[in-house]
Amino acid sequence: MALLEVKNLDVRFAVRGGDLTALRGISFSLDKGERLGLVGESGAGKSVAAFSILNLIAKPGYIAGGQILFEGKDLAAMSERELRKIRGNRIAMIFQDPMMTLNPVLTIGTQMVEAILAHRKISKKEARAIALDRLQKVQIPSPEKRLDQYPHELSGGMRQRVIIAIALLLDPEVIIADEPTTALDVTIQAEIMDLLLNLCEQENVALMLITHDLGVVSQVTQRMLVMYSGRIIEQGPTRDIIDNAQHPYTVGLISALPQMGEPGARLFQIPGSMPSLKNVPTGCPFHPRCDYATDQCRQAMPDYVHAGNVDVACFEVSKRMEQEKHMQEERS
Amino acid sequence: MTTATVSRWDRFRESFFWYSFKRDKVAILSFVVLLLMVLAAVFAPMLAPADPYDLAQIDIMNSELPPAGLDGADPAFPLGTDAQGRDLLSTILYGTRVSLMIGFGAVLLQSILGVLFGLMAGYLGGKVDAVLMRIADVQLSFSTLMVAIIVGAVFKASFGNLMFGEIAIYMLIFIIGVAEWPQIARTVRASVLAEKKKEYVDAAKVMGFGTPRIMFRHILPNTLSPIFVIGTVQIANAIISEAALSFLGLGMPETQPSLGSLIKSGFDFIQSGSWWITLIPGLVLVVLVLVINLLGDWLRDVMNPRLYKG
Repeated sequence: MALLEVKNLDVRFAVRGGDLTALRGISFSLDKGERLGLVGESGAGKSVAAFSILNLIAKPGYIAGGQILFEGKDLAAMSERELRKIRGNRIAMIFQDPMMTLNPVLTIGTQMVEAILAHRKISKKEARAIALDRLQKVQIPSPEKRLDQYPHELSGGMRQRVIIAIALLLDPEVIIADEPTTALDVTIQAEIMDLLLNLCEQENVALMLITHDLGVVSQVTQRMLVMYSGRIIEQGPTRDIIDNAQHPYTVGLISALPQMGEPGARLFQIPGSMPSLKNVPTGCPFHPRCDYATDQCRQAMPDYVHAGNVDVACFEVSKRMEQEKHMQEERS
Repeated sequence: MTTATVSRWDRFRESFFWYSFKRDKVAILSFVVLLLMVLAAVFAPMLAPADPYDLAQIDIMNSELPPAGLDGADPAFPLGTDAQGRDLLSTILYGTRVSLMIGFGAVLLQSILGVLFGLMAGYLGGKVDAVLMRIADVQLSFSTLMVAIIVGAVFKASFGNLMFGEIAIYMLIFIIGVAEWPQIARTVRASVLAEKKKEYVDAAKVMGFGTPRIMFRHILPNTLSPIFVIGTVQIANAIISEAALSFLGLGMPETQPSLGSLIKSGFDFIQSGSWWITLIPGLVLVVLVLVINLLGDWLRDVMNPRLYKG
């Protein structure tokens, strides 16, 4: 059984004039110790998915359907009290901006000790020892000193290390990292990503990495999901998708990477932009931007097809596969 | 433990707060004056030459003696005496004590109510917010003095004059505290609305903290600066409200006078030439309120990051 399994998750936002659907029946699973990447443009629903997993979607958002099974128990149907035992304890989360995630008026030590004591019945001294141990694990210089410092006394990179240390405090099974390095400068990004990767390997923690950086995803994760307009349009092993993307959107994303082009050449870009939730196109939501769009794409939502190890939701891909099948049959 | 206190003290000395205090002459002067007045009030029983509450020490023959330096002054009474022969210096010291107690007490009560309701309204939102803020609106639409006059009159009628004297100070704290809580609640609510959208609140939820803990431990400390600013100004307001009530005869009784009731007691004799009974406590009141307001202004400048002048 997978450690975390999301089945047909539907998340909507109740706004004036009806519901907006932010996630449309997304399904995926995460095994123990596995590293999963979740990519997509801004507005694809990546962060909504992350918050929904902890059942923390803020009003007016709500989970309209589906299940979030963590060790077989449905988080979507759990009471707030039970959920609190899981949040931070079994599933931890790392946010994008380390400047904002730490409470500015409490010392690092206070925040860490408080997080431990919220879940464990141990003395303050023991909690402090655990906090110190985690700060050492994230390789912060002079960790004892940091415990008594306030967030504003640390640099951005150090703060993100503290946040990773906080995520590791209670030995969680899953860490959800929502763009953990976006707010840092490039040299520190690589350091923090390496650190996170190493720690997850050492502690056998499953990592769900949300990012729009395909480079990071290809280095860190084993499997990946590509999201577009609240749907997963392609999922499978990271290598397969990066090397041989099927969905026209994923192909576009990969060729839009700056290092893919010739020096001096214009960068590739996918024309148009992600539809807003208020007017999602009928059929496949990507069709207005897709070179292969047909009438079928405009009318119906494509189902998932297996293309090798990868699941793709695209009519063009399924057509191509049928043609290949035909050709093979004719040849034999 | 000593190392921690030393580092805290060092931290304070390096802070912007201390830096800007050192550079602001008005703030230093106001603080020194306020500190002296508070100390004088706190140690009034030791400093005052006489005990104005002790009827045995009062001699009616000493009534309406002028302050030192004027004709007919008695060196035993440096600021003169009031109409009942009480030493004015002692009475002012005790009166400042009463005024300050009411000021701080009322603001403490206001802050407790205001912070509690403001936090709840801001953080929980929805119906809780709507109900609490409408109560606040209704409360603010009555003037503090009007409410105080009604409540005071009811108290006076139901407890009788003698009993009223004993509970007057608590009643004034209660009235002024309850009448003014919406000021603080609104300020708190506004800052909570801004704070609760910040990521550290999401992070706290993700860590599995409960709502009360997030409210009081994580959001409240981040909203303290506006509470300090408005609280300081509210102390001055509470002292003025108390003085106004006492002047109208609805505040402290003349047997335990506050600055307001002293001014009032002297007001009856101002026509007969005994101006000092009103003027001197009046000056003390003005100085007290002025320094608190000046300190409040300075606090507002320091604690509002948008007003940093580089």
